[in-house]
Amino acid sequence: MNIYQEELLDHYENPSNYGTLPNPDISHEEDNPLCGDKIRIDLIVEDDTIKEVRFSGHGCTISLASASMLTEKIVGKSLEEVKKLSRDDILDMIGIPLGPVRVKCALLALKVLKAGAYGIKGWPGEEDE
Amino acid sequence: MHTSDFRPLDVQAIREDFPIFADTPPLAFLDSAASTQTPRPVVEAMDAYYDTYRSNIHRGIYRISEEATDQYEKARQKVAQLINAPRTSQIVFTRNTTESINLVAYSWGSMNIQQGDEIVLTDLEHHSNLVPWQLLAQRTGATLRFLEITDEGLLDFTQLRDVLSEKTKLVAITHVSNVLGTINPIQSVIDAAHAAGAKVIVDAAQSVPHFHVDVQQLDCDFLAFSGHKMCGPTGVGVLYGKLELLDEMPPFLGGGSMIRSVERDISTYADVPAKFEAGTPSIAEAIGLGATVDYITEAGLASIHVHEQELLKYAHERLQKIEGITIYGPAPHQKAGVVSFNIEGIHPHDVAGILDTHNVAIRAGHHCAQPLMKKLDVIATARASFYLYNTLEDVDRLHEGLQKAQTLMTRRNK
Ligand SMILES: Cc1ncc(COP(=O)(O)O)c(C=O)c1O
Repeated sequence: MNIYQEELLDHYENPSNYGTLPNPDISHEEDNPLCGDKIRIDLIVEDDTIKEVRFSGHGCTISLASASMLTEKIVGKSLEEVKKLSRDDILDMIGIPLGPVRVKCALLALKVLKAGAYGIKGWPGEEDE
Repeated sequence: MHTSDFRPLDVQAIREDFPIFADTPPLAFLDSAASTQTPRPVVEAMDAYYDTYRSNIHRGIYRISEEATDQYEKARQKVAQLINAPRTSQIVFTRNTTESINLVAYSWGSMNIQQGDEIVLTDLEHHSNLVPWQLLAQRTGATLRFLEITDEGLLDFTQLRDVLSEKTKLVAITHVSNVLGTINPIQSVIDAAHAAGAKVIVDAAQSVPHFHVDVQQLDCDFLAFSGHKMCGPTGVGVLYGKLELLDEMPPFLGGGSMIRSVERDISTYADVPAKFEAGTPSIAEAIGLGATVDYITEAGLASIHVHEQELLKYAHERLQKIEGITIYGPAPHQKAGVVSFNIEGIHPHDVAGILDTHNVAIRAGHHCAQPLMKKLDVIATARASFYLYNTLEDVDRLHEGLQKAQTLMTRRNK
């Protein structure tokens, strides 16, 4: 299967929740040192639930599509639920096999989210190694 | 080795030495600047060592160890001839360019660099010819100065006079930029540096594999390159140095093989090159490097250079016509076989990713040259690079793949 298939390209071209929030409760930005891709995520949190999310930045198809899909997934979820999202959840969401370099692209958004919301450092899937 | 020995490359015959190109359609491998493919004769030379005379060198008093020592030292001779080193003992085997440069930064640097001294670099350096000097500067209080590049990606020569002074102790410069392909006028830089009383180390990782480099003509003080970028194995690299410098330098790593005699508190060291080859070296790889030198010499470095120029010109011609493309760096005749580019609206990772689905391998990223990326005002570039086994069809496949990438990524208005 090809990584350049419709669904991913749709997210890349018309990303969901793209932009920034004026008064976010949480805002965090990081880059992928391997390629310089950069993603920022802004969140509004009420009663421990994610009410609104925006992401911005620049990157390749995989990193931006992954960010777009992730933001769709987390709105309305509790912080507790979101914290459980794993590397595999993201890779399942992308739904196609990725090489090790592109896996990092796919995980960048989740990494930013977890660092911003929970102060968790490191790449998803590597924190517990 | 000069124009007199020029004959066009028989690229089809060469490709038969590389099993990786046996598929139809073949892999279009356009990432030789990162690491090349390996021809059969090189692998066979290493196999012969493993299968018939594997043993440690410089110590065995039995036949196969003598054979291994002999082959290892013959490889050194071949490398010395390749770059026209006055003596074979001026060739030190290391792991790669990076280790060669670090060896000089630690060993020569610790004796010769002090607070207030200046080390001159350029904006084109690979991290491996930058970070070792940053570390040395931090240890000693020396200062780094940089020669900048012009908008075309050429070294700004007018700055040389201002940058060089009696404080300059060393100029560390790449012969060929791994990102832009720029061939630096290192002869003039070396002459100017020597006139200012400074030594010069040349990062030849991207030059020795592609055209003839003569260390005596250049009169450089040190020169470093890697086997794996010239059809050789990974794990072996070369440091060339002037004998009087190597003789005076303290050892880099201590251990077996690099000593003359050892007492409890003090040792005396072996002569060069053994002084800098502590421990068991990459024996098979050094022997493989010897076979590599034979291989590229047989093909002819002048012929390789002409072939790469042809590919480069053709690539520029074809790629320039792609809408929204920016090709970084100078015109083909001022550079080696490297084309760095970006296509508007397509991330270089996607360019490389889409090309991969068409069996075309190129590099995308910062190419271990982050300061240069900053200078070019880009985060990353896509880079195609050529070697003796590449064909015009490889360039066509690249062009075709890029067109497909463009169609795919700009189908609708963003
Ligand atoms: C110009 C230049 N210098 C140094 C190096 C480092 O070579 P190595 O990784 O073999 O030490 C490279 C390789 O990418 C290079 O292109």
